[in-house]
Amino acid sequence: MSQLHYALFTGCTAKQSTPELLSSTLAVAKKLGIKITILEEASCCGASHLQDFDPFLSHVLNARNICYAEKLGLTMITICNTCQLNSAMTKHKLDTDPAYRARVNEKLAEVGLEYKGTSEIKHFLYAIIDEYGLENLKDKVEIPLSSFNIAPFYGCHNIRPSELHHKSNGGENPYNPSSLDDLIVALEGHPVDYKSKNKCCGFHVELQANHTSEILTGNALLDAIDNNADIMVTPCPLCHLKMDTYQDTIGKVMGRDIELPVLHLPQMVALALGCSEKEIGLKYHVTKAKHLKGA
Amino acid sequence: MSNTTKVTIKAFRFNAETDYLPYYKSYEMEVGKDELVLDLLNRIKWEHDGSFSYRRSCRHGICGACGIKVNGKPVLSCKQNAMALVELFGNELTFDPQSKKRAIKDMIIDKSDFWEKHAAVKPFVVADIDEHPIHETKVTKEEVENILDADYCIQCGNCHYACPVLEANEEFFGPAAFVAAYRFTVDPRDNAGKERLKMTSQPGQGVWDCVKCFECAEACPKEINPIEKITRLHNLEFEKGIATRNVATKHAEGFLRGMKKTGYLDEADIVLYSEGILGMYKHIPTAIKMIKSGKIHWYSGVPFINSIPKIKNLDEVQKLIKISQTNKL
Repeated sequence: MSQLHYALFTGCTAKQSTPELLSSTLAVAKKLGIKITILEEASCCGASHLQDFDPFLSHVLNARNICYAEKLGLTMITICNTCQLNSAMTKHKLDTDPAYRARVNEKLAEVGLEYKGTSEIKHFLYAIIDEYGLENLKDKVEIPLSSFNIAPFYGCHNIRPSELHHKSNGGENPYNPSSLDDLIVALEGHPVDYKSKNKCCGFHVELQANHTSEILTGNALLDAIDNNADIMVTPCPLCHLKMDTYQDTIGKVMGRDIELPVLHLPQMVALALGCSEKEIGLKYHVTKAKHLKGA
Repeated sequence: MSNTTKVTIKAFRFNAETDYLPYYKSYEMEVGKDELVLDLLNRIKWEHDGSFSYRRSCRHGICGACGIKVNGKPVLSCKQNAMALVELFGNELTFDPQSKKRAIKDMIIDKSDFWEKHAAVKPFVVADIDEHPIHETKVTKEEVENILDADYCIQCGNCHYACPVLEANEEFFGPAAFVAAYRFTVDPRDNAGKERLKMTSQPGQGVWDCVKCFECAEACPKEINPIEKITRLHNLEFEKGIATRNVATKHAEGFLRGMKKTGYLDEADIVLYSEGILGMYKHIPTAIKMIKSGKIHWYSGVPFINSIPKIKNLDEVQKLIKISQTNKL
């Protein structure tokens, strides 16, 4: 297998409140011999909120990010479901609407860029599964996760809308996704089967509709707990922030104690590959997770 | 070789008049490759239990009566091939009504909340009509295209009962009502657009409570993509100057503040800007937890501020915002 090489779109969260996401991503890539070039030019994707305010501007800015992956001739990988969605939506729009692409390119020309549509956009999860391969990953496991029941939490924007993810992003059926379950099995952990695994965490209305947001997070966490989960894992740092940071306040809303460590996808892989404590960064979690290293 | 597959159907059974609790009853049948979910519903009734109840009418995917959920997936029974579901979920299929808490009898639910919300957005053209017009109302090709596919809605309720917001907030209009609101708001003959945009911009009931889960886009049997219309309603608020400055609209517009400074969203600033100083008190306990775990960084004695790295070629983003921004708050 020739060496895999990707352009990494980090997103804002990995550069701010979840530094452990970035360090564990890079650690996993290093262990697996995957070459990563960070797109240091890439800006915020707008997280669907800028899209509500100004759709044209958000298409222009997302197209600019993709231009930098195209310049390198690489597939762009994401480590946030919402970055994945907004980048892929932009790509879909520009690749299917030539007149609109021309309008966007008119703006990009002002800063010397042109969107061509030559780079694929893929979440790191599917790069590992579809391109590195789970069989190859199994050979690299140093510390099997066999003592853990792990609840996969897929996060909306990697699985819905499905037509956006069919081509290069896993192509899962949103009603019965399996990628995270398969990954957990490859790392010798026990996937937890529970109904909320493909549901919404409510992150995007945290400020304006906090109650809705808390109920959705609480339902998912309790569903995982009631099905004997020791850990939850998610490919999305926004789900992670919601699930990890607010467990005590949400416990009050739901009327039950909630304590469930929530891992970022690359943190779970990094644990199994025997990466260092510093790289995995469990100390950045609000809900205690440090005990997972060395368990 | 057999052309059929043995399938076990677990059907939700409940009679609100006589039953204290709902229960599931299993039916085994050989299912052929061309059978629809509606055929299986009929076979439960005709071959197993005549009291089994469900709504059905046109059998053509246009009346919108026969929506149910199979293993959690909203389907229009008369359009959904049963074997496709067996391939997806295996040989055991669970049939549920669209909303269990609204069940009246088996698959039949009380859909009144759906119809009330649909009616509330004025799903019709509001216009002064000349009773003796000399010629037809002229509508351009672009104006028709702007309606997108919102006109194809058959009010089946699949998106409405797939929406997780409605589970937590009964005030919320829901995706189908938003599609109808959009459809008539962009109709060039209509005069009630502003009224609808005001209605759908209200906190609690309006589009700002949408969680962006895209469940509605998956649930729609007519592939209408309701969340696309929800996003258009967000956009129209700004385009038509309806948006007022509140936590939700400031949150959407406020992304640009951080992006102009660093290229990234400023996670602390967006909360402060959207909520206002007085609104910050409720975030203090969370902020303390985040500082303790190192999620919020200290920089020169001040949490977070100026601690965000800058992207490379930030000037490009600044220039693109200047020349491409179309909407204002």
